Amino acid sequence: MTPPATEVLATRERPVAAAARPVVEVRRLQPSTLFRVAALGLRTRKLRAALSALGIAIGVAAIVAVLGLSASSKAGLLAEINRLGTNLLVVTNGQTLFGHTAELPEQAPAMIARIGPVTQTSYTGTVTGDVYRSPLVNPITTNGLGIEAASLGLPRTVGAKVKKGTYLNAATASQPVCVLGAVAAQRLGIDHIYPGERIWLDGQWFYVTGILSPSVLAPQIDTSVLVGFKAAETYLQFDGHPSTIYVRAYTTQVTAVHAVLADTANPQAPNDVDVSEPSAALVAQADAKSALNGLFLGLGAVALLIGAVGVANIMVISVLERRSEIGLRRALGATRSHIRIQFLTEAAMLSVLGGMVGIAAGVVATATYATAKGWAIVVPSLAWGGGFGAALVIGLIAGLIPALRAARMPPTEALRTV
Amino acid sequence: MTAPFSWPVLEMASVVKVYASDPPVVALDHVDLTVRGGELLAIVGPSGSGKTTLLHVMGTLDRPTSGSVRITGLDVELMSERQLAALRATRIGFVFQNFYLAEHESVLENVADGLLYSGVGTADRRRAAAEALERVGLAHRARFDPTRISGGERQRVAIARALVGRPAIVLADEPTGNLDSATGISIVALLEELNEAGATIVVITHDQSVAGRLPRQVRMLDGRIVADSIALAASDARGNSHR
Repeated sequence: MTPPATEVLATRERPVAAAARPVVEVRRLQPSTLFRVAALGLRTRKLRAALSALGIAIGVAAIVAVLGLSASSKAGLLAEINRLGTNLLVVTNGQTLFGHTAELPEQAPAMIARIGPVTQTSYTGTVTGDVYRSPLVNPITTNGLGIEAASLGLPRTVGAKVKKGTYLNAATASQPVCVLGAVAAQRLGIDHIYPGERIWLDGQWFYVTGILSPSVLAPQIDTSVLVGFKAAETYLQFDGHPSTIYVRAYTTQVTAVHAVLADTANPQAPNDVDVSEPSAALVAQADAKSALNGLFLGLGAVALLIGAVGVANIMVISVLERRSEIGLRRALGATRSHIRIQFLTEAAMLSVLGGMVGIAAGVVATATYATAKGWAIVVPSLAWGGGFGAALVIGLIAGLIPALRAARMPPTEALRTV
Repeated sequence: MTAPFSWPVLEMASVVKVYASDPPVVALDHVDLTVRGGELLAIVGPSGSGKTTLLHVMGTLDRPTSGSVRITGLDVELMSERQLAALRATRIGFVFQNFYLAEHESVLENVADGLLYSGVGTADRRRAAAEALERVGLAHRARFDPTRISGGERQRVAIARALVGRPAIVLADEPTGNLDSATGISIVALLEELNEAGATIVVITHDQSVAGRLPRQVRMLDGRIVADSIALAASDARGNSHR
């Protein structure tokens, strides 16, 4: 019994002064020790810990997947737009001052083609008339399809592919021959080109020579049946005025071309001309799409909240069950703050474990879906960082009250054997 | 042989503990008790005599209503809650009737936990734990889980945990209460052995046969000390209080 003897003798000489000083120092737990102690608490009740972490995992997974999928789909759309080119401008006939549909001059395409940086022009003209599979179809079943007179370079300019058959050529452009947009073909029930295949256009038969793939930049073509300008004039009483002109320019000059298009297309009434840039509109649309995600993010947040309640629940029960452990730790010299930080760490650890599982699940879901769709896999840092942060914060909040309760418990009560 | 008994590790002077209920319960009624370094004593009494309250007050787990308690000369009344916790971490060891071992930790880790709050590093804790296990004769069980060892061995682990930091005083609350009598005797023998090696140990028990084996017996009834064998033998030589 030698060690403390001298010190004790010293304190006995001036006991009050000695005792008033913090003769014994309170030690903090090392982080590694704290984590070991907290992990021990979780390991002791593995199943319950796993179940309550599951709630957090589901919530975080939902949030990560929603953000990841929307980012990936946007990346996919932008890649598609880039592939199709951002140098397409569309000139359409607008409205006159009096609200009537304006007409573009017949010379407009040729005039636009003379603008220096313009590389391609194609155009369509709206033809009045309905489209039917055969004359036997009830006339009110128009399928919402329209007829467009189209110039020969149209698919190349708008970046649409000919899926089946052939497009119009110089010969067929003057004959009762047509090409179907992707949606038009689907609505008419035509997916193959057979020799002699024909449809009923405004009271006469037109032969189908081709079907186009969906066009991302010019979706109005999808719901149209395309015929040659000559044929439209000959068979469908078309007046020959173009209504939409598709213009490709050098990418660096798009803005400059945009500025002069209206004046060039209709020098007499430039205000009657609308000019748009479909790629820009699509990018804006891609951004706007994420607004829809609000609902799913909300659902994820609800799942997280339920997870938080689960964590709080297991921690409260844990404090009740572990009374004797708390008492023992206090007897071993744990302060209230030691107990508090232990339970808080446990709750945070539980929640963060759930969060990490959730992030992994969300990333896997995003990767699977994006790969299937052919998109680039994009998981924004906001998604996984936010998921992790949310899990940590939820753990701390959910663990706070149980931790305070555990710390408040007097050691004598904690040690009482019932 | 007088040297080990030279300085007091625990001094209680007219300690009163009243539990505020209706009517108030006087659990400790002016208790005076001094335990000197190197002593091994039993506090014995029937249930309800205030033994457990006395243990809590001795161990600084509870504060007295009045009177003074000094541990190794430090006045408990003057110390904050945090300081008392640190005092327990470094100078007081506890042994409980129910052992209170962590089932999912090895025996060695359980013993090392005795130093958890004393600021000793992990490696040093383990080293001290291995040494303490050796002292209680359980070095060969170090890697076992507490669920795989017998009750007597569990209590030895708990004793090793109490001793691992070489505290000034060890307080054992009914250490044989959950054990059969043969195992109980072996635990008492271990406590005697550790005492001879220098540990100061207070055993609280209701069991007369356990108390009878120890050199000093303090008898409690209704919150008062009614007999203290060392007081009876105070004038006598120390030898006869030891078996």
